[in-house]
Amino acid sequence: MKTMSTFAEAGADLEFVDISKRFPGFTAIENLNLTIPAGSFFALLGPSGCGKTTTLRLVAGLEDPSEGRILIGGNDVTNTKSFQRPVNTVFQSYALFPHMTILENVAFGLRRRKIDDPLSKAHEALRLVELDHLAARRPAQLSGGQQQRVALARAIVNRPALLLLDEPLGALDLKLRRQMQLELKSIQTEIGLTFLHVTHDQEEAMTMADIVAVMNKGEIEQMGAPEQLYELPRTAFVANFLGQSNLFTGQVTESVADSITVAVAGRGIVVPRTRAQRHAGEVTIGVRPEKLLLHTEAPTDSAGINILGPGRVTDVSFSGVSTSYIVQMPGLGAVTVFAQNMVFGPVVNEGAEVWVSWTVDHGFGLEDEPTPGSRFPADASTSAIAIQRRAALETELEGA
Amino acid sequence: MTALPLDRKSPSAAPAATPPARRKLVGLGLPIYVALALVFLLIPIVYTFVFSFNDSVKSNIAWRGFTFDKWLSVCNEPGLCEAFGNSILVGVVATVLATALGTAIAIALVRYRFRFRSSISLLLFLPMATPEVVLGAGLAAQFLALGTQKGIVTVILAHTMFCISFVVVTVKARVASLDPALEEAGRDLYGSAAQVFWRITFPLLLPGILAAALLSFALSFDDFIITNFNSGAVDTFPKFIYIAAARGIPAEANVIASAVFILAILIVVVAQVSRSARQKRLARLS
Repeated sequence: MKTMSTFAEAGADLEFVDISKRFPGFTAIENLNLTIPAGSFFALLGPSGCGKTTTLRLVAGLEDPSEGRILIGGNDVTNTKSFQRPVNTVFQSYALFPHMTILENVAFGLRRRKIDDPLSKAHEALRLVELDHLAARRPAQLSGGQQQRVALARAIVNRPALLLLDEPLGALDLKLRRQMQLELKSIQTEIGLTFLHVTHDQEEAMTMADIVAVMNKGEIEQMGAPEQLYELPRTAFVANFLGQSNLFTGQVTESVADSITVAVAGRGIVVPRTRAQRHAGEVTIGVRPEKLLLHTEAPTDSAGINILGPGRVTDVSFSGVSTSYIVQMPGLGAVTVFAQNMVFGPVVNEGAEVWVSWTVDHGFGLEDEPTPGSRFPADASTSAIAIQRRAALETELEGA
Repeated sequence: MTALPLDRKSPSAAPAATPPARRKLVGLGLPIYVALALVFLLIPIVYTFVFSFNDSVKSNIAWRGFTFDKWLSVCNEPGLCEAFGNSILVGVVATVLATALGTAIAIALVRYRFRFRSSISLLLFLPMATPEVVLGAGLAAQFLALGTQKGIVTVILAHTMFCISFVVVTVKARVASLDPALEEAGRDLYGSAAQVFWRITFPLLLPGILAAALLSFALSFDDFIITNFNSGAVDTFPKFIYIAAARGIPAEANVIASAVFILAILIVVVAQVSRSARQKRLARLS
């Protein structure tokens, strides 16, 4: 292969065509079609068991697809072996060779391809991750964050057309994670490779990636720029996996040219037509908690504003930048509100009677068939909601 | 207690402090017990060593005076050095065969799923659980049925067979503790199957493989029962001693036994010293 003998000049497109992967007893990926453009930072986001790591292993050649083809830069690599592909992986466990020095670890790929002067290129890659002074050490003598950077250097020193990152920051603590996120992003920009990043951390995916694909049960639920996915989730899974959402289910009572109205708890909630996936029958609509405003007095009805209430505040939890309120709405269940801490302390206390409102433009309508499960749980605190949602997702996944 | 000088050279090597009262209690019984156990274990070895210097004639039971002659002319005893050479040959060949085959089997059993995998595991365990007499007699019957001439080849085959089991058990543990991601990383970094094996899998399994090889050699070297059934006219060192015991073991046999023992101790000491030196070097680096 021509790409093997030289460094890749730039990143390459990655293309999945009708890829399926079945293991004995379960299907990991079902009929996946996906194109990752050259030079992009692409994140595959999903809960554990959704097939994202399998997808990555298919690209690396560590698994063979049951069906379909994989193309890298237009070349069909489906039937080539792992070591023949212009792809390198940063493994979740880093997988540094414990019996070699850091320098030899980094030079391993160069030596296998008989690249000239592997050691000075390895030093160069180590300088990029600021670890050249540790080149003579063994992996066991490095901290987790340093090992992670060595794993990265070992992969990028080969200038692969495509760099695969398998939850590479999972084992690091929060501060180091943030630092590495920025570093990874700047390295990607600097060397212009295509990065395929697999993660279950939605914040990580949104901070780093140009394009995020949310994966669930072996299929891609939604794909797009982080802001787009966050502001306009198409399914309940995306709405809840990517941040939090308040979801309501109701019957469409009115459908006009630019909006639909849904009956929720005796009130009409308006959603822009372009932001709703379904326009008739029973639908699930939602709004992000930080888009909601709390009112201690009933706000006056006006066009362009949706109002729910009155309800009672059952939980107030302060988290520094914002405060999260849980409001029990009669006939609707709990609604979560995130409010910026513009003043000292919470605006309202537990037990207060409140109304919530939001701009019509902030609502979204989902394409899922409304099921009892997608309705809001009736009684829950902030953390309980998060746990319940996660648990519901997990049972859903296990059932799949 | 406060007056005790502190060992400033190796503060990190200071042992965990034991309460004085407890140390006293243990201090009475334990050394006596240990000393007795050591004496019990060492008497036969010391006896063998001492009597290798006995100026014996034929029988080596009564002490007849000190001499170096037996050490200097060990091969004068007819058949002894030949038997020892056979033992070394059988040990080396059987070890190489058993280690190579056993390592391959261990990797296959841990890393791959195939039909009859668990039955093969069980089958490999059998030679360890079967009494040696049964194993030896069974093999002898098989060689007889096949019409194979008994000799050094049949001994090597028999030893290889039972050594494989021990190699598989030893190496399997090592393979199981080897992260499969390391080999995947090797493949991902442009290593072909052979390169990944020799540059990653093999070096990482090496401690286990070496341990297995040493075990194999030791088992083969001192095996008597299976050898006796399958060696025909060929003598190995243990067989020589067994036969010689009937008319008195010559002091030359003590010489070889002592030499082997001293060599083994030396290897262990050298290995330990070099290992601790390497650890110190690594500790200095970090």
